[in-house]
Amino acid sequence: MAAQYELLSQLLKSGGRLDMGQELFYKFYQAFVLKDRWLQYIGGVGTTLLVTAIALAMGVLLGSVVALVRVAHDQQRPGRRNPVLGVFNAVCQVYTTVIRGTPMMVQLLIMSMVIFNNSRNFTMVGALALGINSGAYVSEIIRGGLMAVDPGQMEAGRSLGLNYITTMVVIIIPQAIRAVLPALGNEFIMLLKDTSLITVIGGKELLYAAQGIMNRTYEAMFPLFGVALIYLVLVMIFTWLLAKFERRLAQSDR
Amino acid sequence: MKKISRRSFLAAAAVSAAALALTACGGSASTASSAAASSVAASSEAASTSTAAELTTVEAGKLTMATNATFPPYEMTTDAGTIEGIDVDTAQAIAEKLGLELQIDDMDFDAALLSVQQGKADIAMAGITVTDERMAVMSFSDSYATGIQSVIVPEGSDIASVDDLAGKKIGTQRGTTGYLYCSDDFGEDAVVAYDNGLTAVQALNNGQVDAVVIDNEPAKAYVESNPGLKILDTSYAEEDYAIGMNKSNTALLEAVNAALEELKADGTLQAIVDKYIKAE
Repeated sequence: MAAQYELLSQLLKSGGRLDMGQELFYKFYQAFVLKDRWLQYIGGVGTTLLVTAIALAMGVLLGSVVALVRVAHDQQRPGRRNPVLGVFNAVCQVYTTVIRGTPMMVQLLIMSMVIFNNSRNFTMVGALALGINSGAYVSEIIRGGLMAVDPGQMEAGRSLGLNYITTMVVIIIPQAIRAVLPALGNEFIMLLKDTSLITVIGGKELLYAAQGIMNRTYEAMFPLFGVALIYLVLVMIFTWLLAKFERRLAQSDR
Repeated sequence: MKKISRRSFLAAAAVSAAALALTACGGSASTASSAAASSVAASSEAASTSTAAELTTVEAGKLTMATNATFPPYEMTTDAGTIEGIDVDTAQAIAEKLGLELQIDDMDFDAALLSVQQGKADIAMAGITVTDERMAVMSFSDSYATGIQSVIVPEGSDIASVDDLAGKKIGTQRGTTGYLYCSDDFGEDAVVAYDNGLTAVQALNNGQVDAVVIDNEPAKAYVESNPGLKILDTSYAEEDYAIGMNKSNTALLEAVNAALEELKADGTLQAIVDKYIKAE
């Protein structure tokens, strides 16, 4: 293959023209094989997965806390509201409003250029921004899941003498998890693809690698199709894993 | 092992199949557009060499210029949102010579480089340095200016020469020769590519990078508006700026070269440069 590439580049240099097959091969070789460029894509996939994992963990953690606070606040009996919970609830509402109300790209730039403006770890700043962003959406997903559990379940738990927290942990949450999984999977897929945005703050993920190669070869098609395909394959793998997980959880139904 | 290699072959095949399908679409689309784009006769009053030549442009009657307006004094945005600079005025003068109306499209630098190849623009003018790799994919006019790759550092930095850049984080603009040289010399990990020069300088101000490598003239403009930064006396590389054009459009290349020649001869080019770069 290397010899073939050399031959073609000699041909090009001497002013010759390539036929379509040769041209495709030439560009493909240039975009992926030459100078071990495929390693750059692999490195990019690593960063993309790392950022997704960190952001997902943060998002689920933040989202669960926010959702639990908001549900606990909303489920209090009228007239007997806990003021401390009220404060937490207000904070959570401001968080979801601000994060859901501003574009991801703007948040990313603010994190990098204003808040963490002396951090050199662009990848981690990106992961943090994505995680905080994701938390707001996840909180609404989980809140929806918690509220979808029949109120009778809570009443039954409480009348059996369990307190609020125990009822939540052993009765409500396990049922809610099953309900939120598809929506959570969706959020996860969005997150995986949104990692491409961290390119603008200097995060070296998959798209950054492709752009670097584009800048050297002046050829956009193969690097861009390449990364599109890699994202697609990653998403398909995770969709498959999620479906498997969902089936596993559904086993206890029968 | 065998299994893996077969799979990777399949993946490669899938990529090229998808690519094939796309090139096919691209091909038919481009024929349609070239059929639609009528050729424009150059105005006769401009005298000069291009009189009789028929120029084919992306949009009939217009000379479309792709640029990246974050590169003072060659191209920058004004407060009114319009674009001005040496490249813009030069392109305007060339367009007048060719009897065409100048249309400017502002985009990222790497996109501007690709635009002439893809037939989105007639000329790419963004302080573009002529390199062998770029010559392979587009044609260049005669050089109309020279540039130097400069190193910007904060005052009090321990970087005193280009050699000191080793082991430091270097901010660059994506797709520029500064980016290409630095990633060749110091490795991809040492270099951070930003969408434009301004963002790179912002990162330098924040201390997120130790130095920014960018062309000399914009470097001066950035340092002027950002106290606490300075330009190293030693320069990284010297280079020629030229106008990029699609390889197949030789008529346009000749016409632009002829116009440039006249602008150089009658002093217009120098007057434009003097307007933006004050002699020291």
